[in-house]
Amino acid sequence: MSELALAGRVVDLVRRAAGPDAQAEVLVSHAAEALTRFANSAIHQNVADATTTVRLRLHLDGRTASGSSTRTDADGLQTLVERTIAAARLSPPDASWPGLTAPTALHPYEELDEATARATPEERAARVRDFVAAAGGLETAGYCRTNYASAAFANTIGQAVEGRFAEAAMDGIGRSDGADGVARLASGRLSDIDGAVLGARAAAKARAGGQPIELPPARYEVVLEPDAVADILGNMAAFGFNGKAFAQRQSFAELGAQQFDSSVTLLDEPIGGPGAPAPGLPFDTEGTPRASLTLVAAGTTAGITHDRASAAEAGTVSTGHGSPSSRGWGPYATHVRLAPGPASGPRSAGGTASASGTASASGSAASTGGAAVAGGGAAVTAVGPMAESSRALVAAMERGLLITDFWYTRVLDQKSLVITGLTRNGVWLVEDGEVVAAVSNMRFTQSYPQALGPGAVRGIGGESIMLPDRWSGVRYNAPALHLTSWNLTGNASG
Amino acid sequence: MSGNHFDEACTAVQAALDAGARYADARVMLRRSESMSARDGDIEEVSSVESAGIGVRALVGSSWGFYAVPDLSDGAARAAGRRAAQIAAASAMVPGPAIDLVPTGAGEAQWASPCEIDPLSVSLSTKGDLLVASTGAAKAAGADLAEGILQVWDTRKWFASSDGHRIDQHIRECGGGVWASAFGDGEIQRRSWPSHRGQYGTRGWELVDGLGLVEHAPRMAEEARQLLTAPQCPSGETTLVLGDEQLALQIHESVGHAIELDRILGWEAAFAGTSWLDLDQLGTLRYGSDLMNITIDPTIPGALGSFGYDDEGTPAVKRDAVRNGRWVGVLAGRDSAAVAGLDYAGSVRADGWARLPMVRMTNVGLEPGPHTLDEIIAATDDGVFMDVNRSWSIDDRRLNFQFGCEIGYEIKNGKLGRMLRNPTYTGIGPKFWRSMDMLSSEIVSWGTPNCGKGQPAQIGHTGHPAAPARFTGVRVGVRG
Repeated sequence: MSELALAGRVVDLVRRAAGPDAQAEVLVSHAAEALTRFANSAIHQNVADATTTVRLRLHLDGRTASGSSTRTDADGLQTLVERTIAAARLSPPDASWPGLTAPTALHPYEELDEATARATPEERAARVRDFVAAAGGLETAGYCRTNYASAAFANTIGQAVEGRFAEAAMDGIGRSDGADGVARLASGRLSDIDGAVLGARAAAKARAGGQPIELPPARYEVVLEPDAVADILGNMAAFGFNGKAFAQRQSFAELGAQQFDSSVTLLDEPIGGPGAPAPGLPFDTEGTPRASLTLVAAGTTAGITHDRASAAEAGTVSTGHGSPSSRGWGPYATHVRLAPGPASGPRSAGGTASASGTASASGSAASTGGAAVAGGGAAVTAVGPMAESSRALVAAMERGLLITDFWYTRVLDQKSLVITGLTRNGVWLVEDGEVVAAVSNMRFTQSYPQALGPGAVRGIGGESIMLPDRWSGVRYNAPALHLTSWNLTGNASG
Repeated sequence: MSGNHFDEACTAVQAALDAGARYADARVMLRRSESMSARDGDIEEVSSVESAGIGVRALVGSSWGFYAVPDLSDGAARAAGRRAAQIAAASAMVPGPAIDLVPTGAGEAQWASPCEIDPLSVSLSTKGDLLVASTGAAKAAGADLAEGILQVWDTRKWFASSDGHRIDQHIRECGGGVWASAFGDGEIQRRSWPSHRGQYGTRGWELVDGLGLVEHAPRMAEEARQLLTAPQCPSGETTLVLGDEQLALQIHESVGHAIELDRILGWEAAFAGTSWLDLDQLGTLRYGSDLMNITIDPTIPGALGSFGYDDEGTPAVKRDAVRNGRWVGVLAGRDSAAVAGLDYAGSVRADGWARLPMVRMTNVGLEPGPHTLDEIIAATDDGVFMDVNRSWSIDDRRLNFQFGCEIGYEIKNGKLGRMLRNPTYTGIGPKFWRSMDMLSSEIVSWGTPNCGKGQPAQIGHTGHPAAPARFTGVRVGVRG
């Protein structure tokens, strides 16, 4: 039975059991996730699962309840319907029920890559093998994953849609004398992911990170590499542009206000763009079609992500960001893109090897220089410790830090979005536009919107990288970012 | 679903063996969960989940494979076993060193967590009344936003392995909490009861009945509002007294994760991270002061990290992790223990049938000290008291931490003074633990229902016995 037929069957069961006035929405989703994980340069965990889940949300006599089940046989579906009806009848009245999504056509989107949807354990293992080999003997760790998902939605007022997508991602580190270097890439096509290119890039960064110096806590000018920028995008999406946080006055976002530097344009692109397979389903868990949404236009806050409940509270319409967790956590963007800056100038031939570990870094640069990694249509290269996207920005920095990645970022104050976290996978001191030393990891405590505020952005890289999130189905499209100030509040000594 | 499901588990194990595995195990799991949340005196969401399936783990040569499906038919179980072995064979394209498994004392067993009142038998209307009353009370007492949640998990597991395990467990967990927020000019202050995530345990509804959500909600609202105008926590180095709730998370982050053997062996290097601990120093390294005694104890009745057998079939046993300040034990699995040359496992669990079992915390916590909180305050001339977590962050080696708490108080001349807002503290794990000079006997086993680890991501339930304690020379008042 197709997922759409299964969803329709549950709608019928609800009508029979609860009568024609029951409002119900049903999402049947099938997810096949496979992840090949490596550490100490060997595959140590290799997993796959294929799960179909039926979710039912029901509004009956003014009361609402939801339920889900992985049991899709007749007994399982009947049990789901009966317990959800029982839960609704026992629940308190729900004055905030936002109603159902009316029949609405989906926006056009690119079909998935069938080869990615059918990827085998051997194909994932081959990419791991290439990553490990390209690291040239360094210890490596990471994963290669592929996901295939298909889903159908139906409700009692006639919305009925279905769709599917596939994605692939690789994320790995090379380790050299206590220094880690990272390389990541997400794509709708597994064929875009070259383990050798990523392994060489991670190794080059690790080799350039040896013999780090310790710097005192202070405010530093910084160039953030795309991996670190992805953390900013993720936290701003989760806590800033989140419709529930916005409705509850817990967000910094003010629609129409110039809250960011005029160079900053942020978009959510859940169904991607022309020529690239859609990175997610074309509709949300409430059946609302997904589409691109501008969150920030040239520095002005322009969009908030909503499901039907937060939209009703805010007096607007859903933007298609309903999810199983949106009623609790709030609806948030899952495919955020920071628009790149002007294209970089011509690449220099020699690279920008670090002062520490120059020989090994330049050696690795030779293996990766000019190697293109396709990611969301952009070609991205890595030379020595930095991504191509960072090079022009670093060249323009008189004194500051080049930071690869952030780790364990947590909100100290949601309203101002002050976040603490640590650097990871490579930090370097830059003087007069040149990397002069590796730096040991540091802690920061920083308001993210303040860091991107008017006048605070010195430059945005001309090339973007598509980066995976820890959760499948979430990714970021990020260039490097040059900021006037980042508040480093601790170092390895405390 | 009813009856036992050893047949399906054994079918999957046999299929994996037939496909070339030298060891295999399978878990059939049925989990029913229920969640209800409320905001400002109204119910916000009521949901229930039923999840059933089988997860199979196969060891082919030195390589693991895992596959899971929600179908418990004989054919599906057989196919899952074969697929797990096939995935393990693919792992051999990038092989690691030979894998052994330390013995577990295989056998047949049953275990159930203690439960006086079945949490799923409590009506939704009763649960709703509790949340409406508690969030309504917070709202009426001045909260700009009052939120509450109640959660229940009811898990049945049938575990079988090619070593002969046949273990059936029934674990019931529940808990909840209430939160009051006050909005000021550009900032939000929040107070939580009984902790920042609520309190959870492997107990029945009697746990929730004892939380006092309605009784404490108004005070949370009042304190959140008071915090808006309280002075900022001063910046500098001082004597820090932590309440038991915050110390529970301090233990979780800077001890529990650090003693996970998979991290120590580098198996989590790319994501969750490694550990500053070196196995060569096991038994000799000074982790903290002499007052620091940390145990790994999945046998604590009702604590959130308790079980009868872990997800490799190893019986629950209490072990020392830190004794008189010295590091003496780790959280281990059968394969990681063998790699490390240790003779014990017992700390491997999975987040449901569709996830690979991995090294996880059980109940990792402090043994009681000789003091009381009142005695600790009275013995402190100048310092800061902080409690109830607001934010947490620690580096990938579990050394450099920074925590924020919901509330703080000055300590002057042996007495609590003014309330302080935005209290934070930061430090380096072993230096911090070595500075602990007073520890209370007032132990509470806090439950942490949101421990993230692994790829694909898994959420673990852990427990942390903790009591108020004092630390010297701690940097406080870090701000953005």
